[in-house]
This record gives sequence, C-alpha cells and structure tokens, in this order.
Amino acid sequence: MSDHLIDLYPLCQGLIAFVNDLVGRIMNAVAGGIEGIGIAPPGAGQPLRDQAALMNSPWVIGLIAWLVAIQVMILWGTAINLLVMMWMERKFYSRLQDRVGIKIGLTSMDFLARIPILGGLFTNFVKRPSHLGTGFLQNVADGVKMVQKENLTPAKADAFTFHAAPVLIASSTLLIFAALPFSDGFTIMQSPNPFGILFILAAFSLAPIGILIAGWSSNNKYTLIGGMRSTAMLMSYEIPMILSLIAVVVLMGTLDPFEIVHRQAQPISASISQLSFLGSAGADGAIYFPNWNIFTAFPAFLVFAIAILAEQERIPFDLPEAEAELVEGWLTEYSGMRFGLVFGFKWLRGLAGSGLLVILFLGGWTGPHITLPLPGLSLAFPFQELWFMVKVYLVFMAYVWISWSFPRIRIDQILNIGWKVLIPIALLAIFLSIALRAFGVYQ
Amino acid sequence: MAEVGAAAEHGDSMWINMGPQHPMTHGLWNLKVRVDGEIVVEALPEIGYLHRGVEKISEVREFHKVIALTDRLCYVSSITWSHAYCLAVEELMGVTDQIPPRARYLRVISNELQRVASHLMWLAAYGPDLGILTGLLWALRDRELFLDLIQAMTGMRMNQNYPRPGGVRNDIPATFERDCTKVVKHFMGKLDEYEDLLGSNKTFHMRTKGVGVISPEEGTEWGVTGPNLRASGVACDLRKLDPYDAYDELSFEQALDKDGDSFARYAVRMEEMRTSCDLVLQALKKLPKGPYRMKAPRRAEGEAYRRTEDSRGEALFYVCGDGSDRPYRVKIRSPIFCTMSAVPTIMRGERVADVISIMGSLDVCVGEMDK
Repeated sequence: MSDHLIDLYPLCQGLIAFVNDLVGRIMNAVAGGIEGIGIAPPGAGQPLRDQAALMNSPWVIGLIAWLVAIQVMILWGTAINLLVMMWMERKFYSRLQDRVGIKIGLTSMDFLARIPILGGLFTNFVKRPSHLGTGFLQNVADGVKMVQKENLTPAKADAFTFHAAPVLIASSTLLIFAALPFSDGFTIMQSPNPFGILFILAAFSLAPIGILIAGWSSNNKYTLIGGMRSTAMLMSYEIPMILSLIAVVVLMGTLDPFEIVHRQAQPISASISQLSFLGSAGADGAIYFPNWNIFTAFPAFLVFAIAILAEQERIPFDLPEAEAELVEGWLTEYSGMRFGLVFGFKWLRGLAGSGLLVILFLGGWTGPHITLPLPGLSLAFPFQELWFMVKVYLVFMAYVWISWSFPRIRIDQILNIGWKVLIPIALLAIFLSIALRAFGVYQ
Repeated sequence: MAEVGAAAEHGDSMWINMGPQHPMTHGLWNLKVRVDGEIVVEALPEIGYLHRGVEKISEVREFHKVIALTDRLCYVSSITWSHAYCLAVEELMGVTDQIPPRARYLRVISNELQRVASHLMWLAAYGPDLGILTGLLWALRDRELFLDLIQAMTGMRMNQNYPRPGGVRNDIPATFERDCTKVVKHFMGKLDEYEDLLGSNKTFHMRTKGVGVISPEEGTEWGVTGPNLRASGVACDLRKLDPYDAYDELSFEQALDKDGDSFARYAVRMEEMRTSCDLVLQALKKLPKGPYRMKAPRRAEGEAYRRTEDSRGEALFYVCGDGSDRPYRVKIRSPIFCTMSAVPTIMRGERVADVISIMGSLDVCVGEMDK
C-alpha cells in the first residue's frame, strides 16, 4: 500500500524513460529510413542510432530525471506554495484587522469575456464588479509589477556584493527544499538521509549572511544597522534552536527526517495509549496516541517554535527590517524584482520553517487514514502530502496570527530572550530527553 | 554643527536622519539622531519644513476669515484650534459673557468629539510605529464613526470651519443626539478591545514602559503640556484649571498617571477618550434650548488672549486689534512646538528603536508645530 501520492524521483525517471524511449524509436526509424530509401549510404544512420542508445542509457535518464525532479520541487515551492501562503497571510490578517483584504481574481479580468472564443465561458465576468474575486491573483500582479520596475544600484554601493546578496539569500532558501521532504516520496534527497535535518538547518542559517552583505554593501546607514541587527539576532536564536533540536535528536536517536517522522507515528507507550481516543489505529485494532515530540519534548517545541519565528523574520522579531525606525531595514536600497525576490522569499522561509516544525514535533506527514477501495491501485486517504500541507498551513496560520497581534520588540530584548530564557529552557529540554531515555520511559 | 564634525572625527558614532521623509515622522520634520551602536547619544529636532505663516496671513484677513486658517493648524484637530481662536477673539471683543448657553454646550460636544477623533488618529499612528498594524486599522475604523458624527454636526470631515466668534456656525441636526449616544456607547466597548490588543499586551509593555521618561520638573520647565505632562503626574488640564465654555458645569476627572513614560502617555490618552465620551453624553443631556450664536461685533481694539486644552496640550491665542475689522497681530502658542524642545533631553541614552516609541507617544502634529 502506498501512503503517499507522489514518488518524485521514480515518477520523473519513468517520465524521462518514456520520453527518451519514444525519441529514441523515432531516431532509429529515421536512421533506418534514410538508409532504406537510399538517400544516404548504408551506415550513415549510425550516429543517430548511437545518439538514441546514449539517450536511453540509465545514467542519462537518471541525470535528466534528477534535473526535472529539482525543477518540480522549485516550482512546487515558489510557484504554488509561495503564492498560496502569501494569499493566505494577506486574507487572514485582513480579517484580523476587520477588513476584507485583496480581491483581485480571475473575475477582475473581464477582457476574458470579450475574447470571442472564450466569451461563452466567462459571460458572467462582465456582469460582476471587478472586486469580487478571491484575491489570489493580486500577488501575481504584484510580481509582474516588480519585474517591470528598474533595478537601481546606489551610486556608492559595492555593486557586485549588492547584486550577489539577493542571489545568495534566494539560493540558500531554495537549498532547504533539497532536503525538506513533503512525504516519504515527495522529496529530492531520498530516504535514508542521515544528515537531512542538519543540512536543512545549515541552509537556513546562510540567509542572515546574505542579509549582512546586503545591508553593508548598500552604503546606507539604515541598511547597515539592519544587517548588523540580523547578525546580532542570529546569535541569539540560532543557538537555542540547535539546542532544542538536540533534545529531539536525543529522543529520536537520529537526524534523518524520515526516521524521525516514522518514529513519531509509533504509539506513545502502552500504558498511556489506553487512556486516549486520538491517534491512529495500531495493528491490533486498538487506538494509539501518536508519539509526537510536542508531547514528549514540549519545552523543546516551545523554544524551537519561537526560534523559527525569529528565523522567518516575522513581526515580533523583524528587527532587521523594522520599517518604523529603519525605513525598510536592509531592504531599503533594493528595487524592482531584486526587492521582490528577497521580500517574497520570506514566505518560502516560512514554508520551510513551518515544515521543519511539523517534521520535528508534529508527526510530519503521518496521520489517521483509510485505504481507498480503488481497483488496481491502493492509495491512502488523506494521503501523506495532504496531511503534511494541512499541518504546515495550520502552523503557518498560527505564526501569521502571532505576528499581526504583537508589537516588534527591541534588539536588546531579543538578545535577553534568546540568552536568558530560551537557552535555559532548551538545556532543560535536553535534560528531560536524557532522563526519558535513561530511565527507559522512552525506547 | 561643530559637534557633528567632532563626532565624525571620532568615528565611533554616526548621525542618522530620521526625516524629513521617514516612517517615524508622521509629517514633515527631521530628527537628527547621533547613535553609538544602538544607543542615542544626541537628538536634534529640525522643524520648520511646514511653516505657512499663519500668524502673518491672519493680519490681512477679517476676524472671522482667520478661522479657515486656524482650522488648518492641525487637520486632525481642527475644531479645537478654531475654538481657541474664537475664544480669544471673543475676549478681545468683550462678549465672553454673552455667549448663548446652547453655543457653549455645542462647543463642548464638538471639542470632545474632535478630541476623541484626534486621539484615535494618534493611536492609529502609534500602532505601526511599534510594528502592530492591526492597531492602525482598528483605530481608523472607529475614528470613522466620530468623523461621521462631526460631519453630521458641521457638514465636513476635516477643516470643519465650525466655531465662530459668538457661538457656532450651525445647530445640530435633530437625529444627532440619538446617533451620538449610540456611537459613544459603542465606542466605550471598543476601548476595552484596545486594552486587550495593546494595554494588556506584554510585548507592548516591553516597548513602552520605562521608555522616554519625562519627570514632572523637567516637563514643566520645558513647557510640555497636555496629556504628555499629565502622564508625569502634573494636573494641568485647562478644562479644570481655567474653565471655559460649559466645562465648569460638567463633572469629570482629568486623566493622570505618575510614571511619565511612553506607556503612561498611552494610558492617559486612552483614559481621556473615555472622559471625552462621558463629557459628550453629559453635555447632550444638559444641552439647553435657545440660540446657538450671537451677533459678535466686527471690529475690536485692544489685546486679549485665551488658552484652551487642545488635544495635544495648551493652545494659546494672543490677538491684538487696532480698531479695524482685522487683527493687528495674532500669536499662537502651540503645544507640540514647546514639547519638541524637550525632545533632546528625553532622547539621551535611549535606544534607536525607542526613538519611535517616544516620538509616537508624544503625538507630534507638524501643522501646529510649524504654524
């Protein structure tokens, strides 16, 4: 039985093998054809045949399949999830603020109804006011606007580093998705991936360096202070985050995201499980409480959730771009799509951060499901991708709620919180985990 | 500017311009801040960008035409400013005792509605200053109700041109009392919501408590007035100390706090909104029948002044007449202009982020500051 919908690499491999096989057959036929009708001497088609054989060799198929898998993951992250999360945040905080929010949608484009062929499909667009859409296309419109704008470079800025910084930030953020699995199969680095979590955190921590470079190279006092704040903050939330991760690693005994998720799907322990009604049915038919780390390592969850909030530069901790005092912080001098890139990638980091939280503490993509009775195909529902995205979006909504209800705190206060509150709690979490392991409560 | 050069030589501090175009300023002025890392060593306000010469232009206009100018001294608190001017002109003309009682009550109602609208505008600006944009939307949402009331009363949402020497321009519509009571009672409930969002928010306390403390002595010496001084514990409400209009016939307590920090200024303003709502209800209940305006003389000679409690502090008009129908000289004492002189003292030793918290809580209005 397959619990997940998408097996990214085998899917791409099968697709490429099919396409290459098809193209190879055509090439072989052409090679045979030109020899057969005599426009070329015998043997002239051999290069084509070699080409076809090369295309169908396993390593070429494998290589192309990897490239396609990476493209699919990037598109899934940027073109689908980025837009969905921006839209969710904008709609959600609009409701918090007692307004409706963005409304530009397909119905706003009433020219669709005037195109003769499409006219029949979109007739009701012209009848409706343009501000009755869902608002999903607003972010696309913003992106298009950004692309059209000029990329200005400040006169005395260090042009090379100024332009390199957004690339560093964007690429390091995309790097996270190389190791972040969305299910057992929907991933680039496949199971087993013994250093997956370590890789994700390493990629996560690269962006503040890009922010520092961006702030410094812009030759502007606001951006400089913003960049320096980003580095100072990095120290205060990165250390508790790693420490709270250690608490999880001690419990789980592994850094493999797949292993961590699978272990959380186990029942928490025989004695507790009898009391609960939540969770998934075990092999013997009894209902088990899932062994999520949020229950067994709650202090670590608290620290990690707060640190991820800071990692995303959301409002209680968005000091590097505090727009009230530093205009737009380290982003001040960026314009056009460079601004759009670094601004939009905040949501991608939100996706990665929420995903990491779900994997480490909320059981990842596991959850109760049934097997659909389909002939010739066994698919679970809700399948793993659905479970994971539901959890990620809920966590993200919680972050949105927090960041639109709190004022921004001061730089000395975040340092205090990081060093004096979060680190002690994280150390406590490590001791708790060790105790759970040492006394055999947790195997 | 010698100090600027010296600081640059040392190289251990730098000047940051917070203004003239900066999210902190809420208007057109500049705060030059010398910072050592994140600590403010020195702060120099630079004002005058919005000087329109209201005092000078007043000299070539008839007494009643100056009201259009005084309305524009502070566009979020127009009525209170024109009201102060009209009181001074009435003193000059010697008709203060003959103002109809209904006019005096209508002035109280319009003033207090304007005060709530002004304080809500301040709250709307203070939210985003501290990074809480939800406060902006909520405060503007509720301010809309008060603007609707003012519009029903005067016909305009801003620059109302409502007070007149001798009374007010027009009477209130018949449905006004019903609408006003409804809005005010609704808003009293909303004030508790603000308390949940800001007043009882730990993060909000972290940003505002113990920040930008003005001691009572310092505040009095620098000429700080209004809610900013009352937050330091000085009972300086002119509606109590030097009553005008019908304020001595209404019962209210002036809002006081003792800490003198940003949070105290926030708390005092929130309390003042409650007081104003209460005053409006009282005045509506006591509103006498009769004319709403008397015929004031067109010409005046001599000099007179009158001070009132503006939304931001003590507003004083000194008007001098030479027997013609125009003022010979008009002098305006604006509260924020004097408060601004205390800013370098308050800022010293605070952090860059606190500059926003302090300036936001002082409620700067550039229009009246630069006149």
